Amino acid sequence: MHMEMSNQERLFKFLEDKARWVKKETLKIHKAAAETRLASSLSAVEIFTVLYYGRLIRFNAQDTKSENRDRFIISKGHGAISFYPVLADLGFFPKESLSKVCKEGSILGGIPDSVIPGFETINGSLGHGLGVACGVALALKRKKRKETVFVLAGDGELNEGSVWEAIMFAGEHKLDNLILIVDNNKACMLDFCKNIIDLSPLDEKFEVFRWRTKTVNGHNVKELYASLKILKESSGGKPKVLIADTVKGKGVPRLEIDPLSHIKNLRPEEAQGLIVDLE
Amino acid sequence: METKVMRDVFIQQVYYRMRDDRNIFFLCADFGSPKLDKLKEDFKDRFINVGIAEQNLINVSTGLALEGFTVYAYAIAPFLTMRAYEQIRINLSLHAQLREVNVNLVGVGAGLSYDVSGPTHHCLEDITIMKVLPNVEVFSPSDWVLAQGFVDYSIRVKKPKYIRLDGKPLPQIYNSMKDFKIERGFSELKKGKKLCLVSTGIMTHKALQVAKRLSEESINIGVIDVFLIKPLSEASFTKALRKYQAVITLEEGFINNGGLDSLVLQLINRKGIRIKFKNMGFSQRYVFDIGSRDYLHKLNKLDEGSIIKNIKALLRQP
Repeated sequence: MHMEMSNQERLFKFLEDKARWVKKETLKIHKAAAETRLASSLSAVEIFTVLYYGRLIRFNAQDTKSENRDRFIISKGHGAISFYPVLADLGFFPKESLSKVCKEGSILGGIPDSVIPGFETINGSLGHGLGVACGVALALKRKKRKETVFVLAGDGELNEGSVWEAIMFAGEHKLDNLILIVDNNKACMLDFCKNIIDLSPLDEKFEVFRWRTKTVNGHNVKELYASLKILKESSGGKPKVLIADTVKGKGVPRLEIDPLSHIKNLRPEEAQGLIVDLE
Repeated sequence: METKVMRDVFIQQVYYRMRDDRNIFFLCADFGSPKLDKLKEDFKDRFINVGIAEQNLINVSTGLALEGFTVYAYAIAPFLTMRAYEQIRINLSLHAQLREVNVNLVGVGAGLSYDVSGPTHHCLEDITIMKVLPNVEVFSPSDWVLAQGFVDYSIRVKKPKYIRLDGKPLPQIYNSMKDFKIERGFSELKKGKKLCLVSTGIMTHKALQVAKRLSEESINIGVIDVFLIKPLSEASFTKALRKYQAVITLEEGFINNGGLDSLVLQLINRKGIRIKFKNMGFSQRYVFDIGSRDYLHKLNKLDEGSIIKNIKALLRQP
């Protein structure tokens, strides 16, 4: 018997379909450009998908500097290849560009910068995004604007001292228009994070710096959507962090368990096999 | 001629501009000035002490500037430039190539301003490391009139800038900024024959003293004060140099490594200027000695006597 789907269920189905498509496109990009960082891009697929296709971020692909857009600062630039398909699909730049990543004359490199429509800042060096976002959030408050500033950072990136300068600042200045999403994929470049600097329990660290925290399964679109919606709609005088528990290299079994997944590439036929699985 | 601390005059002028212009923020990394207290009091919503956190000072300033604000980021010069160098590189220098980012880095303590505080507080590298950054301008005033005059420029020209201010009270050199353009970049304060001194910041005061002493011996040397180190207006600077047969650069910074001396030498080479050249400043050693600025100059052969000796030697050369 055919069951009637609720609006909500339809949305989640749509988000899941989109996430699968984004993953497939990301693998295609990596297959054509092995220089791209696949594992850290795969951990963030659902985050990008839910933010943009779930319309939790207000954007304008035709006018990327419009005053009433939400700001999205991608501090973990290395892992943003999976954001390219999202932007292309939503009209920020032509879809044909996706086949030219890292190729001569392309605007899409291995690590994205603000030459690409949809990217706000210079990325590639870690630990900058949150501090810049604090400035943007403060500016929006002074201008009495209602937009939200989103930041995506990796958990390994939290080793940078500048991030903690910004965490202290955001708490002190009650930047409740700021949402940090930690792609908690638990791996740096050379090892799992816990073997380098173990930051657990991460949520408690934010809480003592006067942040509101929430932890979700970062591959579950329902959880991501519900939490981000609540965080965006609430004020309360505290900056907010969503700790998205993810798996680095998600969907590629051999990467998921590899402490060196960050620097591992797939052979073209290996990527092709995964692409076919996602068709 | 009034003696003032350029930092105080600069902040006072920013204060006046903040009164009329809601788009100006003033951020500091827990560093003050007597003039800052009033600014802090009167513009509570646009003054922020970010704490002892220079990296965040630059990053927060960047965020504000991306939203269209004019920002002053104020700290002790060596910490501002060197602690947060990569923040400056990524968020200001790189960014300014793609977007308008008007962040004014105001560093106090150029050269040996903090004489007795030792080498952590000395700033002998800043000209070199800041002028190498694309899209960043470098301003190095010799007196408070220039410092005051720069405020209008800093609001008008929407680029990242490094403003290196001396920490000590210094006498006035310039009469007023009326009909004076910062864009000129340098000023021939004294016209001379044969030899000229090219200096920046506090060393311009020393250059003027030396010129005065030598004029008593009927030796007339020129003095050129370079205040806009980047961008330097090359055509007029070349023209000024061509009148002389010899030039000595004076800077309270490391020499032979990309400072003011390199700027002049490079121009001489590039433009094919026929001129004898000598540079004076600090060799590749930090200064751990304790004492007044004049004492430290003497130890490092940057005192008036040493400068005069070099001038005479250069003038004697065929």
